[in-house]
Amino acid sequence: MGNGAVRAARVASASSFGRTGVQDWLVQRLSAVVLLAYTLFLVIFFLRHPQLSYMEWRELFATSAMRLFSVLALLALASHAWIGLWAVTTDYLTTRLLGSRATLLRLLAQCAVLLLIFGYLGVGTLAIFR
Amino acid sequence: MGKDGSNVVSNKLQISIYRYRPEHDEAPWMQDLEYETGGRDLMVLDVLEGLREQDPSLSYRRSCREGVCGSDGMNISGRNNLACITPLSQAAPDGRLVLRPLPGLPVVRDLVVDMTMFYRQYESIAPYLINDSPPPAIERLQSPEQRAQLDGLYECILCACCSTSCPSFWWNPERFVGPAGLLQAWRFLADSRDTADEERLAGLEDAFSLFRCHGIQNCVASCPKKLNPTRAIGEIRNQLIKRAV
Repeated sequence: MGNGAVRAARVASASSFGRTGVQDWLVQRLSAVVLLAYTLFLVIFFLRHPQLSYMEWRELFATSAMRLFSVLALLALASHAWIGLWAVTTDYLTTRLLGSRATLLRLLAQCAVLLLIFGYLGVGTLAIFR
Repeated sequence: MGKDGSNVVSNKLQISIYRYRPEHDEAPWMQDLEYETGGRDLMVLDVLEGLREQDPSLSYRRSCREGVCGSDGMNISGRNNLACITPLSQAAPDGRLVLRPLPGLPVVRDLVVDMTMFYRQYESIAPYLINDSPPPAIERLQSPEQRAQLDGLYECILCACCSTSCPSFWWNPERFVGPAGLLQAWRFLADSRDTADEERLAGLEDAFSLFRCHGIQNCVASCPKKLNPTRAIGEIRNQLIKRAV
């Protein structure tokens, strides 16, 4: 058997917008770590400031470090949500389960997810830098 | 356990069995039956054989009746297992036995499923040695350590209990190789005599073939041979990551 012929008998070739499963897997883990760090940071911050005032909250987000961290967390959330929900739509909105209308439904669902994610990214970034 | 150490099994077994005979039944249905066990801890296959004496239209696959051929994989009281090596004391401790075909594959008749998708995925991982170097005059030799790498992998009998207990395989049997195929993919990747690692890995790096595994380990729980496909999938994933970064 020559090179490249392994897995030639594949029934369906799969693409996820040009990414490989390895990249998705790595991004999903990395973004999870960022989100965990951000969540832990906020929880500790809230615990340390039981009587949190608006000024203290503003002060926290006035620093460049916190703004960067927040943008990073937003990006991590966006990529994590996209990879996860893309997997969900390709699991449940399939021709096997829904017939020929599945492709259109899946596309619509994925577009809705993307719009929502971009919306959150936009609103979040504005909120951080305002 | 009874006083003499034997497993106590109720004399009267209540059985609920999945029936579908395409020439008679418009839709599958569950048939309720009773079976006299005589208090013996029979294997589920023994019960099926007894039932088939009463109703020869009952269909299932079987061959070796000792857990070697992998023909009689089915869903036994909610768990995939081989009927021939599953005792009633385990499958029906309360005297109720529920038999269904392996989940997720098309039913041909009663407990017989169409295994085409399962075999197609198995075929897709090229389940044979690939070696481009000229063959030596004798066999390609392995050290005992190299041979030991195949333990826990080569024993698979392709009964499909694992792949048909895997939700990722239920949803995407055309794209996700499934635990049985991936266990074999690792069996050949781990083999010192095989030289096609790069091609094998390249065929598995997409988002579906391997990465639809989310590690829920239904495959490990259902394997009648006590093999661990999840660990094999983890080994391949590590190789894929090493190759990508």
